[in-house]
Amino acid sequence: MSDTAVDHHPMWEKLGIDLPAHDMLLGAIPQLYQDAYLTQEGRPQGMAYFDFVVSEIHGLRIKELVDHKAAGGIVVGTFCLYVPEELIRAVGGLNVGLCAGAEWAYDEAECYVPRNTCALIKAAMGFKLGKVCPYAESADLVIGETTCDGKKKTWELLGEMVPVYVTELPQMKRPADRTLWRGEIERLVEKLEEVSGRKLEAAALKTATREVNDKRRALQRLNACRAAHPAPISGRDALLAVQVAFYDDVPRFTQMVNKIADELEQRVADGVGVVPPEAPRVLITGTPMSIPNWKIHTIVEKAGAVVVGEEQCTGSRYYEKLVDESPETLDGMLDAIADKYLDINCACFTPNTARTYDVLRLARDLHADGVIHQSLQFCATYQTEATSVDRAVKQAGYPVLRLDTDYSDEDVGQLSTRVEAFVEMLR
Amino acid sequence: MPERRILGLDIGSRTVDAVWLASREEDAAAGNGAARYGAADASTRDVDVVVLDSTVVDSGFDPQEAAARLVARGDHDVVVATGYGRRAAADAFGALVITEIKAYALGAGHLFHDVRAILDMGGQDTKAITLTASGAVEDFEMNDRCAAGTGRFLEVMATALGLDVDGLGEAALRGGRAAQISSMCTVFAESEVIGLLHRGEARERIARGLHEAIARRTLAMLKRVGAQGPLLFAGGVARNPAMRTLIHEGYGGEVVAAQEPQLVGALGAALHGMRVGP
Repeated sequence: MSDTAVDHHPMWEKLGIDLPAHDMLLGAIPQLYQDAYLTQEGRPQGMAYFDFVVSEIHGLRIKELVDHKAAGGIVVGTFCLYVPEELIRAVGGLNVGLCAGAEWAYDEAECYVPRNTCALIKAAMGFKLGKVCPYAESADLVIGETTCDGKKKTWELLGEMVPVYVTELPQMKRPADRTLWRGEIERLVEKLEEVSGRKLEAAALKTATREVNDKRRALQRLNACRAAHPAPISGRDALLAVQVAFYDDVPRFTQMVNKIADELEQRVADGVGVVPPEAPRVLITGTPMSIPNWKIHTIVEKAGAVVVGEEQCTGSRYYEKLVDESPETLDGMLDAIADKYLDINCACFTPNTARTYDVLRLARDLHADGVIHQSLQFCATYQTEATSVDRAVKQAGYPVLRLDTDYSDEDVGQLSTRVEAFVEMLR
Repeated sequence: MPERRILGLDIGSRTVDAVWLASREEDAAAGNGAARYGAADASTRDVDVVVLDSTVVDSGFDPQEAAARLVARGDHDVVVATGYGRRAAADAFGALVITEIKAYALGAGHLFHDVRAILDMGGQDTKAITLTASGAVEDFEMNDRCAAGTGRFLEVMATALGLDVDGLGEAALRGGRAAQISSMCTVFAESEVIGLLHRGEARERIARGLHEAIARRTLAMLKRVGAQGPLLFAGGVARNPAMRTLIHEGYGGEVVAAQEPQLVGALGAALHGMRVGP
């Protein structure tokens, strides 16, 4: 990316973006980013890359996607961790997470989905209906999954506007479910081959698998540094890195995150942190926080605590597990992909006790003082699973605060009171 | 120890509550203010203090102005603010800030040594808090973004029934069998109340039904935080005799009441000022 400012309006117009509405949306981001990010002190220098990426969130990256398509490649939009990026890359595709992290065009979205639908689904519909997400407008294909009832039914409606392909994610992890899922991976490959016009080759899949693993390894390095006292990076900055991982160029992102990890490892060696050593340390678990949803992290860190980890799809679930790189045959590689992705612990599975162990392990390894369980309102799976997760975490001796919220600002006052009281408890 | 005077302010949605505290040395000179909490209540936990004065004023349209008038009395070295307007008070008068949760814990522990749980029903929110044996906050829960089941809810329902808030509580005591109220949303419950009135239901029974519905919801909140042992019922709604009776009957443990339930938060804020500098 170059840093000369370019007017992207002609490009957005060609993509079919609603320009006045989109200008309003982009106009809101700088203030939001200023308040949440640029007021922080002692940020790692490497975060300058992310400041730039956010400032060009719908600009230079979209230009790269447009150029990629012009050169014969495809762009595939996704909403969920269960879509293997390796497969998309191996047929010359770019995987982008679609915009679903802000309240937009809810009035239009509510003509399709009930008002009591979770914010993520409603936002995904709103961004598409409002024609303000250039990622969605660039996508040759959107891949949905059956992680919850709300999404499942929404794909049917979204499919009226954009080509949607749905993979069936099983909801249990028995051998029969693994068999179903392995078949789904096979069928997804066929669909990707059809849309891209390219055959999936073992060599290309091997490269893609290594590249995506490298991205995860870089995030693992960055996040491992957060175990240090004092934490060398804020939770907000670490969250942003994962949010950007969903749509940035993979090798460049990996390189930039490794640079930040170098800097953080040096900070840890020097005992340098972004907060005083006595700042309470919080682990967050629950539903994903799509960009630009920085609400809870900002409230927690402005209350004087530091977020040291996220057991979330925009957190450890994204980068903790790698795909086995040892298989040499295409079949073996697809087996490895099926195994890795089925091993993500989402509340859509039953039972999902492994997630509770993940939370307990992260709380211990990251030296958390307390755990916040945050869930999007109307997310039945996470809100219900909160009961057993919270119970186990309390039994292990960690105070727990449970927050059910959405993307709006109307409850920030009440959330702040609860979070501040929780932080007072941890001191 | 040099004498210190602290003003504790609880800046809420309906009232601004103030407590002026001083170190115990002033006891003799303190005058009638010291009697406010009564001999039985005035024992201290680990801070030796005396209440000099206290007041509850209406927040009105400008709670910060109401708070500013109290601060303008000038009879303090430090201001500690809690409640919904605490941040603005920090900006306006350089007040130290603690949350209502901590303030209630400090205030309750000071008034009653063995209290292990607090129920605060205020104008805009309801809180259930559990305390450790040493009086620290163990766990808490607050109602979500709407005013369902709070003091404000009762005010709206009183208006719908043509009563004032005190009249609503008294009517509920006379209500006998309760009318069934199913909605806790302030807007929906008001429609439900109007519907019941049109069907000729007695106001006392409707008032009783409203109180029972709130009490059920509130007792469930106490259960969720694991409240056990002596409970302090505080906040403006604790002045409501029907609600006191229902909470007392439903809690299944000892329920104690502060003489001035609205002042527990302000007292806690002032106590915090006694414990920490400057």
